[in-house]
Parts: sequence; structure tokens; C-alpha cells
Amino acid sequence: MDDLLADFLTETNESLAELDTALIRLEQSPDDQATLSLIFRLVHTIKGTCGFLGLPRLEKVAHAGENVLGRFRDGTLVPTPSAITVILQAIDRIKLIVAGLEATEAEPPGDDSALIGALNALMEGGTPEPAAEPEPAAEAEPVVETVVETVDIAPAGPAVAPTPVAADAVEVAAVPGESGVAAQTIRVSVEVLEDLMTLVSELVLARNQLLQLARTQANSPFTVPLQRLSHITTDLQEGVMKTRMQPIGNAWNKLPRLVRDLARETGKKIELSMHGAETELDRQVLEFIKDPLTHMVRNSADHGLETTAERRAAGKPEVGRISLNAFHEGGHIIIEIADDGRGLNTRRIAEKAVAQGLATEAEIAQMSETAIHQFIFRAGFSTAAQVTAVSGRGVGMDVVKTNIEKIGGTIELRSREGRGTTVTIKIPLTLAIVSALIVECARERFAIPQISVVELVRTGGGSETAIERINRTPVLRLRDRLLPLVRLSSLLALEEGEAQEGAESFIVVAKVGTENFGLIVDRVFDTEEIVVKPVAPILRDITLFSGNTILGDGSVIMILDPNGIARTVGIGAASGADRTGIVEAARAEAGASGARTSLLLFRAGGSEPKAVPLGLVARLEEIAAERIERAGARAMVQYRGQLMPLVPMGVDLDDASVARRPVLVFSDGGRSMGLVVDEILDVVEDVVNIQLGSARPGILGSAVIAERATEIIDTGHWLALASEDWFASRRNATAGARPHLLVIDDSAFFRHMLVPVLTAAGYEVTAAETADAALKLREQGRRFDAIVSDIEMPGMDGFAFARAVREDPRWAALPLVALTSRVADADILRGREAGFTDYVAKFDREALLAGIAQVLATRRETEVA
Amino acid sequence: MSATAEITRPAQAARGTNDEARDVYVTLTVGGQLCGIPVLSVRDILGPQTITRIPLAPPEVAGSLNLRGRIVTAIDLRRRLGVAHAGSGASMSVVVEHQGELYSLLVDNVGEVMRLDAQSREQNPPTLAPEWRAFSTGIFRLSGELLVVLDVATVLDL
Repeated sequence: MDDLLADFLTETNESLAELDTALIRLEQSPDDQATLSLIFRLVHTIKGTCGFLGLPRLEKVAHAGENVLGRFRDGTLVPTPSAITVILQAIDRIKLIVAGLEATEAEPPGDDSALIGALNALMEGGTPEPAAEPEPAAEAEPVVETVVETVDIAPAGPAVAPTPVAADAVEVAAVPGESGVAAQTIRVSVEVLEDLMTLVSELVLARNQLLQLARTQANSPFTVPLQRLSHITTDLQEGVMKTRMQPIGNAWNKLPRLVRDLARETGKKIELSMHGAETELDRQVLEFIKDPLTHMVRNSADHGLETTAERRAAGKPEVGRISLNAFHEGGHIIIEIADDGRGLNTRRIAEKAVAQGLATEAEIAQMSETAIHQFIFRAGFSTAAQVTAVSGRGVGMDVVKTNIEKIGGTIELRSREGRGTTVTIKIPLTLAIVSALIVECARERFAIPQISVVELVRTGGGSETAIERINRTPVLRLRDRLLPLVRLSSLLALEEGEAQEGAESFIVVAKVGTENFGLIVDRVFDTEEIVVKPVAPILRDITLFSGNTILGDGSVIMILDPNGIARTVGIGAASGADRTGIVEAARAEAGASGARTSLLLFRAGGSEPKAVPLGLVARLEEIAAERIERAGARAMVQYRGQLMPLVPMGVDLDDASVARRPVLVFSDGGRSMGLVVDEILDVVEDVVNIQLGSARPGILGSAVIAERATEIIDTGHWLALASEDWFASRRNATAGARPHLLVIDDSAFFRHMLVPVLTAAGYEVTAAETADAALKLREQGRRFDAIVSDIEMPGMDGFAFARAVREDPRWAALPLVALTSRVADADILRGREAGFTDYVAKFDREALLAGIAQVLATRRETEVA
Repeated sequence: MSATAEITRPAQAARGTNDEARDVYVTLTVGGQLCGIPVLSVRDILGPQTITRIPLAPPEVAGSLNLRGRIVTAIDLRRRLGVAHAGSGASMSVVVEHQGELYSLLVDNVGEVMRLDAQSREQNPPTLAPEWRAFSTGIFRLSGELLVVLDVATVLDL
């Protein structure tokens, strides 16, 4: 291509982008003289240059546009929205022609008379009809005019004022000189920058290699110059990176126009606000996010925001807001796209998911709202009832997500029905060089991008933390949270002797979206700056790798992709790659809400272990056989100055061969009872998930605990055996005024555990499985004295439930006790903000009872007062 | 523009040497069988290299190696052709370019660069084992030995 033409195209494309934004600005403030002059100058430049280059079609359109703009500038014509629309059409036509020029190096044939007519009518002061859409090339006018003709003859067209082209050209030449800034910058082709970047990347690698060599040699004369080389390389790397940086505004400048057009098309009022347009990021990254951003803004405008009438009806301001916000955060760029529209329709997404066979009704029922929202990231998933020209074709969010993940970014979605949707994108600053952690597994080394590494944990080999297992699935207890673990060697099908239990290994805690998981590796080395190179095409379908690279020592190493790993093992519903992933994650969520319980394992009548929540057991005792006394059929022991009834659990108390009996002491309100067992095994912490119910009295069911099928005992049953009036006594004590509690916990196990405990403590108890079920009770007009609710539950969680309770006057005054396995200050604060009166640890029975008693007492006091 | 210039340059270069080079082959042995690869597609001959294994890759992929700063995927030609693995992993390799990517083909041994007479070229015998038939574009009758011409594109079409 002719150099002159190439330069013209580059320049014109830039001007066009600027024009779009400027015109929108003009529409909003028609008196902005600076903007008007800018627009006029831009169009004028285009016109002038194309006259110079001999592009008659382009020139005619630009000229007609310029005439109208000239009248705007002179103040003889008001830039009304319809006038701006015609101007925008002219800009579009110019773009079309420029695109044709780029493709074929010649102006595409076409007829612009309608558009030019409209522009001319406008110039003459009429109110024009917007011109028809660009016509097909078929009805082309001959474009065989020679250069000479165009230079000589001022653009034809009936109503066009002839302007001497030569004069324009002179003026054009003068324009760049006007601004001093222009002289400070030079245009460099992207290709050159890319080449430079590649070279610098290689230089970094070579530098790393040299440094590694130097480290092995003491007192090398090379050390000092090498260090200098190293510094210079780093500076150079930064410098070259800077040349590739572009403000994110470059990806945004099309959006005001887009939103304006959408607003007109859909008849909505939309305000687009943009913050942080100056935030810079690598141009390669910029290219990648341009389309996803456009798509999401389009989605917000088209689906997210309601129509003006709907907004009015919902009591919202008529003008819908879309806001874009970009900022740096720890080596990443965060981009937020938020609207204050209707939010995602959870119910419809769920229905659609079921209809498409992505999940069953039962699975949906177990999912949290957020988990359901993740379905919109699935291919071909669109809930728009109508397919509009703008969006709703079911292509979109999945592509957006794929594109973002391709560049190592993450995407998160928060939506509240009626309040709006916020999408948060987190992307690395640059793709070229990343910092990576080098790990070893089965004698192979791998790199993990530092961006997704949260922390490292050493396990086994004498360290305090140890990997635990739930039925062969390794997990790690990390600061009271259960971290799912993935053994890298199994994941990569690298040979391994069946996991050497207790051997030292490392866990790389990685974060994908909102989920954390641990990757078990054998060793952890240094972090290194690596240059990500794409893998060979034949390896592209191995989704666990995001690329490969050459390390400082010259060896090739694969780069692991935490997103891919999470998808493969089904962590993070947000990844949405496969259906089982989502469902399993939802299950994991549900299971996690049952969370970990400290359990006392013991053996009693039979070889299989039995378990009881440790929180229920007051003490463990060993009682000498001769101290056991009999009163009728009852066994008892003198214990702390009282007679404590003993209940043998499948144990023969008459067996004289046993000298000492282990006893679990249950205690309540000054009374105690002892459960005599065969052997106390262990105290473990595990997730209790009762899998098999039991018909046998005294047994709630079986669960897998510490990898063994374990029977969970029903304490209520055994307490009643010790003394029939175990429950009755308390009841009597508080007879007449038995406070009625509503207990909400999604875990059957906890409901079974809590209800006897609370009943024993003299409360009347109603249990609900979900927050929704509880709220139904409210609808039924049920009254309670206090509510005890779990926090982590599928569907509506405890916080949301608390807010719901506080919002409705019927239950608003009820004391609300949160029951949770997580007690951190932040959680407590959050709980209080949501409306909880008190916050108790799940397994602290005493604290729970005390907490309930206290909130009830406080309530009585306030009532009295 | 520079891009167009770059595209034409190799084409011209190829045109210039094509006639002489077309019949020149690099010979190699795979599982005892003599094979040939057109010399024009060969970029490099390497001795034993440190190869990084790539987990989960197809079995034919031996791993990847560093060739002067470029990452090259190593394909075990013996596995690809379904011949028994001859002894240790210390083998030579022939680096070829395919669709802009470099691949190194692990072979038992690399022989020499030979000009072969088109007269002695024959079609694949129809009885040739299917995996060989797919990869072979013809057979040369050499004195005392047969040489199978390997089609690099098919071999790398994993």
C-alpha cells in the first residue's frame, strides 16, 4: 500500500474515533465552542486530505458534513439530536469508505446522494429525514474520476459550495504544526513495538540465565557488570512495556456513541459515566477486552436497564445509569461495569437452565442465587424473551468469559433483582512477562502464575498442618476453613507411589474467581519472571496449561493455568465449564454450610465407630468398675457429690473383666448422666453428612467420618433413657412460659442435634430447613419468641434472612441469634449489620443456651419497659 | 509495506532453489527402517537433548525442548509410526517446520543428505501397513535398501 495512503488511513481512523466522542459531547452541550471547533477541524482535515489523495467519494461526504458543521460553528444552526444523527450517519459512511480503502486500496463504489441530500437540506436549515442505510454496492456510481479531475473540480453535488481544494490542503498541512504536543510524539508501527517486546523478553531470559550462572561462582569478575546489565535490562523492560501501554479510554471511546444509539433505538434514557479512562494497560490486553466490554455495556443498556415507564413504576429515576470504572490494584487492572437496572432474573435463569438440561430442579433448589447466576456464562444461554437486534441471541457472556480468561483474567458477577448488576473484571497489566512460582511435582517442574497464588502452606514432615481426607478426597483445614485440595501429580497423570502419607509436601493456595483451592506439590522453588509463550497447536486442547516458557537455566517448563485446573476438577461454579462442576460446587457449598464439626469418636457395642458432637459432651471420665452402683435396674455412680445415672450403650456392665469404664458425661442444668462405652477413640473434625438414616433408636444415621463409616448417635434418645424426666423437668420448671424458638439450619444433622438440646433446655422448638421455609412460616402468621439461624445456607443465607426478618414488621422485633462455624470479628460485625442480635459459635452449646437466654431476657426487659 | 515484502521473500527463495533441492532428502532410521524427509522442510539436526515431559499430551509427544530460545515440540517418530522403541531415549532428532511451528522428530539415527533419482521412486505398495501408508508419500529403491519418504504434514497432524 502507498505510504501516503497508509498514513492517511491511520490518521483518519484516529480522527473518526475522536469524532464519535466529540459529537456526543456536542449533543449534550451544544454551546461547547471548543468541541465544535475540534469536530470541524477533524472533518475538515479528512476532507482536505482525501481531496489531496484523490478520493472523490470520501471527499464529497466529508465536504457535505463539513458544511453543516460549519454552520454549527458559526452559530447559525443548532445541533439538535436529529441533526447530530445525520452527522453521525455521515461519519459512519466515512468509516465505511475508509474500511473499503483499507481492504482494497480503492474507494468502494456506492451512492451517497441520499445522505448528501440530507446533509445539504440540513445546511439549508431544513429538518432532514435521516438518510437511508448505506446502499448496496450494486447501484454504484462510476469511480473512475481521475486525480486531476478531483483536484480541479471542487466536489460536485448540487448544493455544495465550491471550496478551493488547494487552499484546504495548505491549511491541512498547517494543522499539525499548531499544537506543540504533536512534535513531541512520533508514530511507530505496532509491529516494531511487538518486535522490541519480543527481543526484550529474550534479553530478560538471557539475563536470568547469566545471573543463575553467576550465582554458582563466588568472586567472579563478572558479578558487578552483570548486576549493572541486570538493572539496565529491567529498566529497558519497563521502558518497552511503557511504550505498549495505552489508556483504557481507547477501548471506551466507542461506548458513548453505542449507548446513545441504543438509547434512541430502545427509547430508554441512559446515562453513561466513565471513570478511570486514563488507566493504562498493555495494548495487547486492551485489544482482548475491547469486545467483551462493548458487549457488556450493550447488555446493560439493552437488557439490564428497564424502559423509562418501568423505571418510573419501580420508583427509580427515569434515567438509567451505566457506569464504567477502571483502576489499578496490585499489578492488575480492575474494570467494573455496573448498571442500576432490573438485575438478573434468578427464577428465569433457573427455569432456562432446567429447560436446557443444564441442571435438574433438585439441583437448582440447592443452589445459591449466585451459583444460579453463573449459568449466564454458559454457551448459548440467553434469557432474553425476545431476540433483539442488539443482544439476546445467546452468544455473549460465555464468549466474554472465555476471552477474559484467555488473557489470565477473572470475571465476577453480582446482581440483585431490581437493583442492578455489577460485573467485575480483573486482568493482568501485561501478558508478555509474568511473575511465576516454580514448583516441582513427580520430578517435573511447572510454573504457576503468581497472580493466582494466594499463599503457600507446608504440610507433613513435622509441620503442624496435615492433609486430611474425606473419603479419599484430600482437604486442608486452613484458618477454620476447609480448602479443597488437588494433587497435581494425579491431575497431570504423573506416576506416583500412592501418596506418601505424612511426607513433606507443599500446598499452593490458588484463587480462581471467588474460590480458593490448594494444589499439592512436592517442592516449591523461587519465583521467576517468565515470558509466556503459547504452546504448540497440538497441545492446545490440554486446558491445564496456559503456555510454556524457558527458564533461566535454559530448560523448558509448562505454565499451569489455575482457571483450567479449577474447571477440570469442578471447583468454582463461576467457571461454568461443565455441568457437573457447577452442581458439585453447589453441593460443596451446601456441604460446607454444614461445615466442620468436632466429633468424639468412640466404640460402643460393635466394632464400628460411633460419633457424637463434642460440643454436647461435658466431660470424659473413666470410672472404676467397682464404683458403679445399682439401684434396681439402674446403674449409677457417685459423681461430684451427686448420683449420676449411667446408661450402657451396648455395653455389658456386669462384665467383671473390665476394670475401668470410659464414660461420656452429658451435663445440663446441674444434672448429669453418663453414657458408658467400650472405648474412646479420638476427637476429629470433619464435615458431617449423614448419608443413611437409621431406624434404630438412639442412632441418627451413618456418615463417613475420618474415612470410616460412623454411626452418629442421637443424644436425645440416650438422655431420655437416663431419666425419663430429663426433658420434662425443664419443661415443668418453665411451664406456662415456654418460649418458642424457630431454628433454621440446612443441615439435617444440626437440626437433629439442636432440637433435643434446646428442647432439653426448656424451649419449644420449630425447625426449618431453609430461610425460605422459615419465611413461609411468617406468612402463615406463626409467632415465635426468638429465632436461631445458621449463616451459611444454600439459597438465602443467614445475612439475607436476617435482613428479610428485619424488613417485615411481623418478626422485626424478634431476637435473632446467628449460629455459625465461623466466628471472626468481621463476621460478627457483618451479622450485626444484617440484623442479628447475637452471634454464637455453632458447637458451643453453653454459649448458645446462654445467648438465647440473654436475648430473651433483654427482650422481656424492653417489653416491660 | 514491509509485511508484503516478507511474504514474498521466502517464496522467491524457494523458487530459486526448488528445482535442485526438490529431490534432496535427509535420511534417517526409525525402528530400523530407512526413511527420508525432504531437505527443504528440515531446519536442524540435533543430538540428544534435554526434553521436558508434557503431562496429558498425546503419547507421540515426547515433550518440548529449547532450541536456541525457541520452544520446540518433540514428537517421538517411533511411537508415531508404531515401531518398537529402540533402546534408550538418547536419540537424535530432526527439526522441521510445520505451519510456522517447529517440531523435533525423535529418530534412532540421522544419516546423510542425499539426492535421490526420481527414476527410482515408486508408489507405496498397497500391502503396506496402514499407519505407514498414511505417512509415506512413496518409496525409493536404493541399492540394497528401501527408503520411505515421510510426509511431514501428515506425521505432525496429531
